[in-house]
Amino acid sequence: MTDERLEQIIANLLRAGVALSAAVVAAGGVWYLASSGATVADYGQFHPEVRGPGSLGTLPGPLALIQTGLLLLIATPVVRVIFALVGFALERDRIYVGITLGVLMVLAYSILIAWL
Amino acid sequence: MNAAVFSAVVFAASTLAGFLGALTGLGGGVIVTPVLALLLGVDLHYAMGASLVSVIATSSGAAAAYVREGFSNIRAGMFLEIATTLGAVAGAHLTTAVPTSVLAIIFGAVLLYSAWNTFRKPSEGPGAISPDPLAVRLRLDGSEPGPSGRVHYHVTRVKAGFSLMFGAGLLSGLLGIGSGAMKVIAMDQVMKIPFKASTTTSNFMIGVTAAASAGIYLRRGYIEPGLAMPVMLGVLSGSLAGARLLPGTRTRALRLVFAAVVGLLAVEMIYNGIFGGLS
Repeated sequence: MTDERLEQIIANLLRAGVALSAAVVAAGGVWYLASSGATVADYGQFHPEVRGPGSLGTLPGPLALIQTGLLLLIATPVVRVIFALVGFALERDRIYVGITLGVLMVLAYSILIAWL
Repeated sequence: MNAAVFSAVVFAASTLAGFLGALTGLGGGVIVTPVLALLLGVDLHYAMGASLVSVIATSSGAAAAYVREGFSNIRAGMFLEIATTLGAVAGAHLTTAVPTSVLAIIFGAVLLYSAWNTFRKPSEGPGAISPDPLAVRLRLDGSEPGPSGRVHYHVTRVKAGFSLMFGAGLLSGLLGIGSGAMKVIAMDQVMKIPFKASTTTSNFMIGVTAAASAGIYLRRGYIEPGLAMPVMLGVLSGSLAGARLLPGTRTRALRLVFAAVVGLLAVEMIYNGIFGGLS
Protein backbone atom coordinates (compact mmCIF):
# COMPACT_ATOMS: atom_id res chain seq x y z
CA MET A 1 0.00 0.00 0.00
CA THR A 2 1.35 3.44 -0.91
CA ASP A 3 1.26 6.59 1.19
CA GLU A 4 -1.20 8.19 -1.20
CA ARG A 5 -3.61 5.27 -1.06
CA LEU A 6 -3.35 5.36 2.74
CA GLU A 7 -4.00 9.10 2.81
CA GLN A 8 -7.04 8.61 0.58
CA ILE A 9 -8.52 6.05 2.98
CA ILE A 10 -7.83 8.24 6.02
CA ALA A 11 -9.42 11.23 4.25
CA ASN A 12 -12.57 9.29 3.36
CA LEU A 13 -12.93 7.95 6.88
CA LEU A 14 -12.44 11.41 8.32
CA ARG A 15 -15.08 12.89 6.01
CA ALA A 16 -17.61 10.26 7.04
CA GLY A 17 -16.90 10.85 10.74
CA VAL A 18 -17.11 14.63 10.46
CA ALA A 19 -20.30 14.46 8.36
CA LEU A 20 -21.93 12.12 10.88
CA SER A 21 -21.00 14.27 13.89
CA ALA A 22 -22.14 17.45 12.08
CA ALA A 23 -25.48 15.83 11.17
CA VAL A 24 -26.08 14.75 14.78
CA VAL A 25 -25.14 18.18 16.20
CA ALA A 26 -27.28 19.94 13.55
CA ALA A 27 -30.28 17.73 14.34
CA GLY A 28 -29.82 18.43 18.05
CA GLY A 29 -29.42 22.15 17.27
CA VAL A 30 -32.67 22.35 15.31
CA TRP A 31 -34.48 20.50 18.09
CA TYR A 32 -32.89 22.74 20.75
CA LEU A 33 -33.78 26.00 18.95
CA ALA A 34 -37.31 24.76 18.19
CA SER A 35 -37.93 23.91 21.85
CA SER A 36 -36.05 26.72 23.63
CA GLY A 37 -34.92 29.19 20.95
CA ALA A 38 -36.92 32.00 22.56
CA THR A 39 -35.44 31.57 26.05
CA VAL A 40 -32.60 33.80 27.18
CA ALA A 41 -29.13 32.42 26.42
CA ASP A 42 -26.95 33.10 29.45
CA TYR A 43 -23.58 31.41 29.85
CA GLY A 44 -22.19 33.96 32.31
CA GLN A 45 -22.31 31.49 35.21
CA PHE A 46 -20.32 28.28 35.29
CA HIS A 47 -22.33 25.20 36.28
CA PRO A 48 -19.77 22.42 36.57
CA GLU A 49 -22.37 19.77 37.36
CA VAL A 50 -23.00 19.18 33.62
CA ARG A 51 -20.19 16.83 32.65
CA GLY A 52 -19.16 14.72 29.69
CA PRO A 53 -20.71 11.39 28.78
CA GLY A 54 -21.91 10.87 32.35
CA SER A 55 -24.37 13.74 31.89
CA LEU A 56 -25.96 12.27 28.73
CA GLY A 57 -28.67 10.64 30.80
CA THR A 58 -29.53 13.77 32.79
CA LEU A 59 -29.39 16.44 30.06
CA PRO A 60 -32.60 17.46 28.23
CA GLY A 61 -33.06 15.56 24.94
CA PRO A 62 -31.81 18.22 22.48
CA LEU A 63 -28.67 18.94 24.51
CA ALA A 64 -27.94 15.23 24.97
CA LEU A 65 -28.16 14.78 21.18
CA ILE A 66 -25.73 17.70 20.63
CA GLN A 67 -23.36 16.27 23.23
CA THR A 68 -23.42 12.90 21.43
CA GLY A 69 -22.40 14.62 18.19
CA LEU A 70 -19.61 16.50 20.01
CA LEU A 71 -18.28 13.23 21.43
CA LEU A 72 -18.23 11.81 17.88
CA LEU A 73 -16.28 14.88 16.74
CA ILE A 74 -13.79 14.54 19.61
CA ALA A 75 -13.26 10.90 18.65
CA THR A 76 -12.29 11.69 15.03
CA PRO A 77 -8.65 12.68 15.70
CA VAL A 78 -8.18 9.55 17.84
CA VAL A 79 -9.59 7.37 15.06
CA ARG A 80 -7.26 9.09 12.60
CA VAL A 81 -4.25 8.11 14.68
CA ILE A 82 -5.51 4.51 14.89
CA PHE A 83 -5.97 4.42 11.12
CA ALA A 84 -2.50 5.79 10.52
CA LEU A 85 -1.21 3.03 12.80
CA VAL A 86 -2.96 0.39 10.69
CA GLY A 87 -1.61 1.97 7.53
CA PHE A 88 1.99 2.03 8.77
CA ALA A 89 1.62 -1.60 9.90
CA LEU A 90 0.41 -2.59 6.42
CA GLU A 91 3.45 -0.82 4.95
CA ARG A 92 5.63 -2.72 7.45
CA ASP A 93 7.15 0.58 8.52
CA ARG A 94 8.38 -0.42 11.99
CA ILE A 95 9.71 3.00 12.97
CA TYR A 96 6.36 4.67 12.32
CA VAL A 97 4.34 1.90 13.93
CA GLY A 98 6.42 2.60 17.05
CA ILE A 99 6.00 6.37 16.77
CA THR A 100 2.24 6.14 16.21
CA LEU A 101 1.87 3.70 19.12
CA GLY A 102 3.70 6.25 21.27
CA VAL A 103 1.22 8.99 20.28
CA LEU A 104 -1.71 6.64 20.97
CA MET A 105 -0.33 5.78 24.41
CA VAL A 106 -0.01 9.43 25.40
CA LEU A 107 -3.56 10.03 24.10
CA ALA A 108 -4.87 7.04 26.06
CA TYR A 109 -3.07 8.25 29.19
CA SER A 110 -4.49 11.78 29.03
CA ILE A 111 -8.02 10.54 28.27
CA LEU A 112 -7.93 7.88 30.98
CA ILE A 113 -6.49 10.16 33.65
CA ALA A 114 -9.39 12.53 33.02
CA TRP A 115 -11.88 9.84 33.96
CA LEU A 116 -10.05 8.43 36.99
CA MET B 1 -30.37 37.96 23.84
CA ASN B 2 -32.52 34.90 23.16
CA ALA B 3 -30.99 31.54 22.30
CA ALA B 4 -31.80 31.76 18.56
CA VAL B 5 -30.13 35.17 18.07
CA PHE B 6 -27.23 34.20 20.33
CA SER B 7 -26.65 31.02 18.31
CA ALA B 8 -26.73 32.98 15.04
CA VAL B 9 -24.11 35.48 16.31
CA VAL B 10 -21.84 32.70 17.60
CA PHE B 11 -22.29 30.77 14.34
CA ALA B 12 -21.17 33.80 12.28
CA ALA B 13 -18.07 34.48 14.41
CA SER B 14 -17.21 30.78 14.38
CA THR B 15 -17.45 30.60 10.58
CA LEU B 16 -14.79 33.32 10.35
CA ALA B 17 -12.69 31.53 12.98
CA GLY B 18 -12.86 28.23 11.08
CA PHE B 19 -12.03 29.93 7.79
CA LEU B 20 -8.91 31.66 9.15
CA GLY B 21 -7.96 28.65 11.27
CA ALA B 22 -8.00 26.28 8.30
CA LEU B 23 -5.93 28.63 6.14
CA THR B 24 -3.29 29.32 8.75
CA GLY B 25 -3.06 26.02 10.67
CA LEU B 26 -3.77 27.89 13.91
CA GLY B 27 -7.16 26.43 14.85
CA GLY B 28 -10.16 28.60 15.64
CA GLY B 29 -9.51 29.44 19.29
CA VAL B 30 -7.77 32.74 18.52
CA ILE B 31 -11.10 34.22 17.43
CA VAL B 32 -13.65 32.10 19.33
CA THR B 33 -12.29 32.66 22.85
CA PRO B 34 -12.20 36.50 22.86
CA VAL B 35 -15.53 36.81 20.99
CA LEU B 36 -17.30 34.61 23.54
CA ALA B 37 -15.53 35.84 26.68
CA LEU B 38 -15.12 39.54 25.95
CA LEU B 39 -18.01 40.40 23.61
CA LEU B 40 -20.74 37.97 24.70
CA GLY B 41 -19.93 37.68 28.41
CA VAL B 42 -19.57 33.90 28.38
CA ASP B 43 -17.92 32.34 31.43
CA LEU B 44 -14.21 31.60 30.83
CA HIS B 45 -14.55 27.88 31.43
CA TYR B 46 -17.25 27.59 28.78
CA ALA B 47 -15.23 29.79 26.39
CA MET B 48 -12.24 27.46 26.80
CA GLY B 49 -14.43 24.41 26.17
CA ALA B 50 -15.89 26.03 23.05
CA SER B 51 -12.37 26.90 21.91
CA LEU B 52 -11.32 23.25 22.24
CA VAL B 53 -14.35 22.16 20.19
CA SER B 54 -13.45 24.77 17.55
CA VAL B 55 -9.86 23.47 17.30
CA ILE B 56 -10.98 19.87 16.73
CA ALA B 57 -13.66 20.98 14.25
CA THR B 58 -11.12 23.06 12.28
CA SER B 59 -8.61 20.25 12.27
CA SER B 60 -10.95 17.44 11.27
CA GLY B 61 -13.03 19.54 8.86
CA ALA B 62 -10.08 20.99 6.97
CA ALA B 63 -7.79 17.99 7.13
CA ALA B 64 -10.09 15.77 5.10
CA ALA B 65 -9.79 18.23 2.23
CA TYR B 66 -6.08 18.87 2.78
CA VAL B 67 -4.99 15.23 2.83
CA ARG B 68 -6.84 14.73 -0.40
CA GLU B 69 -4.99 17.72 -1.85
CA GLY B 70 -1.77 16.10 -0.69
CA PHE B 71 -0.23 19.05 1.17
CA SER B 72 0.15 17.69 4.69
CA ASN B 73 3.13 15.56 5.72
CA ILE B 74 1.66 12.73 7.81
CA ARG B 75 5.01 11.26 8.85
CA ALA B 76 6.37 14.59 10.04
CA GLY B 77 3.07 15.31 11.80
CA MET B 78 3.00 11.98 13.61
CA PHE B 79 6.68 12.15 14.60
CA LEU B 80 6.37 15.69 15.96
CA GLU B 81 3.06 14.84 17.64
CA ILE B 82 4.98 12.73 20.18
CA ALA B 83 6.79 15.84 21.39
CA THR B 84 3.64 17.97 21.40
CA THR B 85 1.37 15.57 23.30
CA LEU B 86 4.10 14.80 25.87
CA GLY B 87 4.62 18.54 26.30
CA ALA B 88 0.87 19.12 26.67
CA VAL B 89 0.55 16.46 29.37
CA ALA B 90 3.57 17.88 31.22
CA GLY B 91 2.18 21.40 30.91
CA ALA B 92 -1.24 20.41 32.25
CA HIS B 93 0.46 18.99 35.36
CA LEU B 94 2.62 22.08 35.85
CA THR B 95 -0.16 24.70 35.79
CA THR B 96 -0.11 25.16 39.55
CA ALA B 97 3.70 25.36 39.77
CA VAL B 98 4.40 28.01 37.11
CA PRO B 99 3.43 31.72 37.15
CA THR B 100 1.31 31.61 33.98
CA SER B 101 0.85 35.39 33.76
CA VAL B 102 4.59 36.02 33.32
CA LEU B 103 4.76 33.11 30.88
CA ALA B 104 1.87 34.53 28.83
CA ILE B 105 3.63 37.89 28.47
CA ILE B 106 6.93 36.26 27.42
CA PHE B 107 5.14 33.95 24.97
CA GLY B 108 3.21 36.91 23.56
CA ALA B 109 6.48 38.75 22.92
CA VAL B 110 7.97 35.66 21.20
CA LEU B 111 4.87 35.42 19.00
CA LEU B 112 5.07 39.10 18.03
CA TYR B 113 8.69 38.56 16.95
CA SER B 114 7.75 35.41 15.00
CA ALA B 115 4.85 37.19 13.29
CA TRP B 116 7.29 39.87 12.18
CA ASN B 117 9.71 37.19 10.88
CA THR B 118 6.94 35.46 8.93
CA PHE B 119 5.83 38.79 7.52
CA ARG B 120 9.21 39.97 6.22
CA LYS B 121 10.49 36.58 5.00
CA PRO B 122 11.07 36.48 1.23
CA SER B 123 9.54 33.70 -0.84
CA GLU B 124 11.23 30.36 -0.25
CA GLY B 125 13.32 28.57 -2.83
CA PRO B 126 13.44 24.76 -2.72
CA GLY B 127 16.66 22.88 -3.25
CA ALA B 128 18.88 25.22 -1.26
CA ILE B 129 18.56 23.12 1.90
CA SER B 130 20.91 20.22 2.62
CA PRO B 131 19.04 17.16 3.93
CA ASP B 132 19.29 16.29 7.63
CA PRO B 133 20.50 12.65 8.04
CA LEU B 134 17.87 12.18 10.77
CA ALA B 135 15.15 13.42 8.41
CA VAL B 136 16.28 10.91 5.80
CA ARG B 137 16.31 8.09 8.33
CA LEU B 138 12.82 9.02 9.54
CA ARG B 139 11.58 9.55 5.96
CA LEU B 140 10.38 13.05 6.83
CA ASP B 141 11.22 14.54 3.44
CA GLY B 142 8.00 15.09 1.52
CA SER B 143 6.37 16.56 -1.52
CA GLU B 144 3.48 18.90 -2.21
CA PRO B 145 1.42 19.76 -5.30
CA GLY B 146 3.06 22.43 -7.47
CA PRO B 147 2.12 24.19 -10.70
CA SER B 148 3.69 21.33 -12.72
CA GLY B 149 3.45 18.10 -10.73
CA ARG B 150 4.61 17.39 -7.20
CA VAL B 151 7.50 19.39 -5.78
CA HIS B 152 9.83 17.47 -3.44
CA TYR B 153 11.36 19.15 -0.41
CA HIS B 154 13.89 18.33 2.31
CA VAL B 155 13.36 18.73 6.04
CA THR B 156 16.20 20.05 8.18
CA ARG B 157 17.11 20.64 11.88
CA VAL B 158 14.89 17.82 13.08
CA LYS B 159 16.17 17.87 16.68
CA ALA B 160 15.63 21.61 17.08
CA GLY B 161 12.14 21.28 15.59
CA PHE B 162 11.30 18.38 17.88
CA SER B 163 12.41 20.36 20.95
CA LEU B 164 10.33 23.36 19.88
CA MET B 165 7.30 21.08 19.46
CA PHE B 166 7.73 19.91 23.05
CA GLY B 167 7.79 23.59 24.04
CA ALA B 168 4.65 24.21 21.95
CA GLY B 169 2.82 21.40 23.75
CA LEU B 170 4.06 22.59 27.14
CA LEU B 171 2.78 26.10 26.48
CA SER B 172 -0.59 24.90 25.22
CA GLY B 173 -0.96 22.75 28.33
CA LEU B 174 0.02 25.67 30.56
CA LEU B 175 -1.78 28.53 28.83
CA GLY B 176 -4.66 26.81 27.03
CA ILE B 177 -4.13 28.46 23.63
CA GLY B 178 -1.37 29.08 21.15
CA SER B 179 0.14 25.72 20.26
CA GLY B 180 -0.81 25.93 16.57
CA ALA B 181 1.25 29.09 16.14
CA MET B 182 4.38 27.48 17.61
CA LYS B 183 3.88 24.40 15.43
CA VAL B 184 3.70 26.33 12.18
CA ILE B 185 6.63 28.55 13.18
CA ALA B 186 8.81 25.55 14.12
CA MET B 187 8.07 23.71 10.86
CA ASP B 188 8.33 26.77 8.62
CA GLN B 189 11.20 28.76 10.14
CA VAL B 190 13.31 26.03 11.79
CA MET B 191 12.71 22.83 9.83
CA LYS B 192 12.26 24.65 6.49
CA ILE B 193 9.11 22.72 5.54
CA PRO B 194 7.25 24.69 2.81
CA PHE B 195 4.64 27.06 4.23
CA LYS B 196 1.50 25.31 2.98
CA ALA B 197 2.82 21.93 4.09
CA SER B 198 3.59 23.51 7.50
CA THR B 199 0.12 24.98 8.02
CA THR B 200 -1.71 21.85 6.86
CA THR B 201 0.49 19.52 8.90
CA SER B 202 -0.12 21.77 11.90
CA ASN B 203 -3.84 21.37 11.19
CA PHE B 204 -3.46 17.61 11.49
CA MET B 205 -1.52 17.95 14.72
CA ILE B 206 -3.70 20.45 16.61
CA GLY B 207 -6.68 18.08 16.40
CA VAL B 208 -4.72 15.27 18.04
CA THR B 209 -3.28 17.60 20.69
CA ALA B 210 -6.76 18.99 21.45
CA ALA B 211 -8.22 15.48 21.70
CA ALA B 212 -5.59 14.81 24.37
CA SER B 213 -7.08 17.64 26.47
CA ALA B 214 -10.72 16.83 25.68
CA GLY B 215 -11.02 14.21 28.42
CA ILE B 216 -10.11 16.62 31.18
CA TYR B 217 -12.30 19.41 29.72
CA LEU B 218 -15.32 17.08 29.60
CA ARG B 219 -14.68 15.91 33.13
CA ARG B 220 -14.49 19.46 34.43
CA GLY B 221 -17.73 20.37 32.61
CA TYR B 222 -16.17 23.03 30.31
CA ILE B 223 -18.08 21.81 27.25
CA GLU B 224 -21.62 23.21 27.27
CA PRO B 225 -23.69 21.63 24.44
CA GLY B 226 -25.97 24.61 23.76
CA LEU B 227 -22.97 26.89 23.32
CA ALA B 228 -20.74 24.38 21.51
CA MET B 229 -23.45 23.63 18.90
CA PRO B 230 -23.22 26.92 16.89
CA VAL B 231 -19.44 26.99 17.43
CA MET B 232 -18.95 23.52 15.97
CA LEU B 233 -21.30 24.00 12.99
CA GLY B 234 -19.90 27.47 12.18
CA VAL B 235 -16.27 26.41 12.45
CA LEU B 236 -16.88 23.34 10.29
CA SER B 237 -18.44 25.32 7.44
CA GLY B 238 -15.72 28.01 7.68
CA SER B 239 -12.91 25.47 7.69
CA LEU B 240 -14.32 23.67 4.64
CA ALA B 241 -14.36 27.01 2.76
CA GLY B 242 -10.80 27.79 3.91
CA ALA B 243 -9.56 24.37 2.86
CA ARG B 244 -11.12 24.77 -0.61
CA LEU B 245 -9.44 28.14 -1.03
CA LEU B 246 -5.98 27.08 0.15
CA PRO B 247 -4.52 25.30 -2.92
CA GLY B 248 -5.03 28.35 -5.15
CA THR B 249 -3.86 30.92 -2.59
CA ARG B 250 -0.45 32.53 -3.10
CA THR B 251 2.01 31.63 -0.35
CA ARG B 252 2.89 35.29 0.15
CA ALA B 253 -0.74 36.20 0.82
CA LEU B 254 -1.04 33.25 3.20
CA ARG B 255 2.02 34.44 5.12
CA LEU B 256 0.45 37.89 5.54
CA VAL B 257 -2.79 36.39 6.91
CA PHE B 258 -0.77 34.13 9.21
CA ALA B 259 1.32 37.04 10.51
CA ALA B 260 -1.84 39.09 11.18
CA VAL B 261 -3.58 36.27 13.09
CA VAL B 262 -0.45 35.44 15.10
CA GLY B 263 -0.08 39.15 15.89
CA LEU B 264 -3.66 39.14 17.20
CA LEU B 265 -2.91 36.03 19.25
CA ALA B 266 0.21 37.70 20.69
CA VAL B 267 -1.83 40.73 21.79
CA GLU B 268 -4.38 38.36 23.40
CA MET B 269 -1.63 36.53 25.28
CA ILE B 270 -0.08 39.76 26.59
CA TYR B 271 -3.54 41.06 27.54
CA ASN B 272 -4.18 37.82 29.45
CA GLY B 273 -0.84 38.04 31.17
CA ILE B 274 -1.44 41.58 32.37
CA PHE B 275 -5.16 41.44 33.21
CA GLY B 276 -5.37 37.74 34.09
CA GLY B 277 -8.30 37.53 31.68
CA LEU B 278 -8.98 34.85 29.14
CA SER B 279 -7.17 31.69 30.08
